[in-house]
Amino acid sequence: MSELDAGLIAEQIEVTGEQKQNGHEVGRARRRKEDARLLTGRTQWTDNIQLPGLLHVAFLRSPMAHARIGRVDVSGALELPGVVAAFSGRDFAAEQGSLPCAWPVSEDIVIPDHPAMAVDEVRYVGEAVACVIATDRYQAADALEAIEVDWEPLPPVLDMNDALAEGSPKVHEAGNRAYTWKLGVGDIDAAFRDAPVVVDRTYVQQRLIPTAMEPRAVVATTDGESFTLWSATQIPHVLRVMLALTTGIPEHRLRVIAPDVGGGFGSKLQVTAEEVLCLLLTRKLGKPVKWTESRSEGNLTVHHGRDQIQHVSLAAEADGRIRGVRVELLADMGAYLMLITPGVPLLGALMYNGIYKMDAYDFSCTGVFTTKMPTDAYRGAGRPEATYAIERLMDELAHELKIDPIEVRRRNWIKHEEFPYTTIVGLEYDSGNYEAATDRALSLFGYDKLRAEQADRRDRGDPVQLGIGVSTFTEMCGIAPSRALGGLNYGAGGWEHASVRVLPTGKVEVVTGSSAHGQGHETAWSQIVADSLGVPYEDVSVLHGDTAISHKGMDTYGSRSLVVGGMALLAACDKVKDKARKVAAHALECSPDDLEFVQGAFRVKGTGAQKTIQEVALATFTAHDLPDGVEPRLDSDATFDPQTFSFPHGTHLCAVEVDTETGLTKIRSYVAVDDVGKVVNPLIVEGQVHGGLAQGIAQALYEEAVYDAEGNLLTSTMADYLLPSAADLPDFVTDRTETPATTNPLGVKGVGEAGTIASTPAVVNAVVDALRPYGVRDIQMPCTPERVWRALQ
Amino acid sequence: MPLVTVTVDGIKYEQQCEPRLLLVHLLRERLGKTGTPIGCDTSNCGACTVLLDGKSVKSCSVLAVQADGSDVVTIEGLASNGSLHPMQQAFHEEHALQCGYCTPGMVMAAIDILRDDPDPSEEAIREGLEGNLCRCTGYCNIVRAVRRGAQEMSKADRAVNTP
Repeated sequence: MSELDAGLIAEQIEVTGEQKQNGHEVGRARRRKEDARLLTGRTQWTDNIQLPGLLHVAFLRSPMAHARIGRVDVSGALELPGVVAAFSGRDFAAEQGSLPCAWPVSEDIVIPDHPAMAVDEVRYVGEAVACVIATDRYQAADALEAIEVDWEPLPPVLDMNDALAEGSPKVHEAGNRAYTWKLGVGDIDAAFRDAPVVVDRTYVQQRLIPTAMEPRAVVATTDGESFTLWSATQIPHVLRVMLALTTGIPEHRLRVIAPDVGGGFGSKLQVTAEEVLCLLLTRKLGKPVKWTESRSEGNLTVHHGRDQIQHVSLAAEADGRIRGVRVELLADMGAYLMLITPGVPLLGALMYNGIYKMDAYDFSCTGVFTTKMPTDAYRGAGRPEATYAIERLMDELAHELKIDPIEVRRRNWIKHEEFPYTTIVGLEYDSGNYEAATDRALSLFGYDKLRAEQADRRDRGDPVQLGIGVSTFTEMCGIAPSRALGGLNYGAGGWEHASVRVLPTGKVEVVTGSSAHGQGHETAWSQIVADSLGVPYEDVSVLHGDTAISHKGMDTYGSRSLVVGGMALLAACDKVKDKARKVAAHALECSPDDLEFVQGAFRVKGTGAQKTIQEVALATFTAHDLPDGVEPRLDSDATFDPQTFSFPHGTHLCAVEVDTETGLTKIRSYVAVDDVGKVVNPLIVEGQVHGGLAQGIAQALYEEAVYDAEGNLLTSTMADYLLPSAADLPDFVTDRTETPATTNPLGVKGVGEAGTIASTPAVVNAVVDALRPYGVRDIQMPCTPERVWRALQ
Repeated sequence: MPLVTVTVDGIKYEQQCEPRLLLVHLLRERLGKTGTPIGCDTSNCGACTVLLDGKSVKSCSVLAVQADGSDVVTIEGLASNGSLHPMQQAFHEEHALQCGYCTPGMVMAAIDILRDDPDPSEEAIREGLEGNLCRCTGYCNIVRAVRRGAQEMSKADRAVNTP
């Protein structure tokens, strides 16, 4: 923090007596370091960047879902004031390569060529076909209208079932099936044969638009030899590798910077056409270029999320114990396979069993091409879909058996004394306590009282019915053990890197390979390092998001940053202390084994002699008297590759009031009890849960990307795509139970996606529960007033 | 091109502006006031909210020429004498921001709510912020921050008004 910021922000830290005594930072509700610049408008968003001679790029985008491109004439644009250049896809055909897909999930997967600007054919509305480069963004936008394109329309392909039918128009020459991926464990036929209860349902995970508040933006520049690209991205490190491979610009001549990034939720976990083209344009023109999307452009062309048809069935004993679960998915890939498009459903494949024990499991997923924007990771990525299906099924099972939905879960979940537990899909859940989280949630929620009120309203025939929804969930975080990723044919590892440098003045500089875009890593990482090295929190600063500064990293997604990156950080701190111990022992003329490290100092056991870590840092800087074989400077780096995933869990309860006359659903109360293991900063954890809940609730009640019969996106603006506002959401009651992870030294599990994963089924279960007396068994998301009302007719 | 005279965060500027130039682009592209971001193109998100002659406006929905002769306060002009505005401080205390992209607009809109209602209820805050979207926080902490900011601002007012 600068001096100004230190003066501006008056710290008010809640510290317990115990924490004060021990000086522990981990566990404290530290207010965030990041806030100072964000609250005063000194943030460095990509669109803020100005460079001398900066040119502005605008893209002409396809108005058609599917068409062959005839003549493209950009000459009209070139005559307009301020226009420097204009190009069509054909101008870049030889150099733009194909946008990468890093996850070829099966041997026979079809990965179509994906040009950054379409050359011969467009396959979704919004696909770039030409661009204008001008001295001003208004002029660039104006000039797009002077470009002429001859279109030869082709039939759109919009419905997944139709796409797979014989004789369907083809999105790609190779056909509309991208892949089929299967997993089977146990005897699924035996599980379903003569099963006393079978629940068989089809659920639709509607297509969503992730909508980070900061629209995408890219700035690219070159000095003729080297290239620098700023992008509103979650993945500067991955992006650098992929851009080098795609464009042929040598990796060592390419620097990628993610400056302040305004949210991502998976949508900025991508290698985009605009990033590739801005690099190629700066190479071609020798000038810096900038592109910033409008929101409407973003709705069309930021990858979408979800969009699956889930055919799921569950076989159970008469007492509710699950025998087996069968899952058949159709997953809409959209028009192309982007960075991890085909892998997203697989992230859910290992989660359809949820927290429950069963004897058999069968999963298959077919990825389908359509003429829509490609899908890819959106908060939770595969796990929300899986959790939705199993948690909806559990409520249906409870209803079939006429037992309470909590009780049916109790009969099936892994008991706390059974951990570590290897699930049907072979994942070892290291720790958890579903009983404790559920008991806490029931008590905060007032479950029995609300059930009594529900019964009363049903008896009275109240037009406003009360519904109660349950979601007892787990998810897998800490992506990922590199070997596990290799087993899934993913194109990279899942490790993370950190450097820790104690500077000559005793201040600490931390470099992390994680790339925060709202998560508060600068604060949380400072807390971890302060504890580990025994230095003041204020003395730690965290650098990230620039490949020239952070030379190794796998970036931020999948709730991985703390569980993987935090461990790299701890390992780097340990190496620093190991070295410091040698130097301190030399200075104190004792054996390293005679030293204990207490509150930032190495003390000779039983005497008062000591060297602080700051003194050691200075000694390693002057290097006047270092022990033989010890290099100058007190710094280190470490790379951590997890051995397994982590498994946060929790119990979410939602009460809704549904007006049976208007179909309007109102959330009356929402209780979330999450177990994310040990917590570094409770304030940040609560914030992550809150935000996750909002997005999960939004899928249940509000959001849906809608294409019309011609393949036009009807929800292309914020006016049409309904993001919830403060007025649409309730206050949340959140609490935690704490069952430490046993697979990492901090005992942490990850929290970035929990709220989103858990809340969607909790809300829909509540809406359906409210309407059960009317014979309603399902409502297609989002549960809009119209859909609820129609379900009642 | 019309000449626009506008005071922004206490500094007077004169700029030749195309009639179609949006106020937010004048701020960001001409005056270097990049503290005010743009989140949409349909005036839904409110990220670009500023105070125009004391009232909150979405600066993407105001032409620069319409601001001629006006006084504009952006997020960059709120802190004074080395301290944050009470509403900025309240957002910090309550962890009412994550990525921070909506925050400038959210803080300006919150200050505007208090103009009419210095002690707003939770419901009034939620209704009052309906035109400002946040994708990170789920709004709980924003509501808490506005309550806290209101209390701090009324305390400050009382202190000023007490002889």
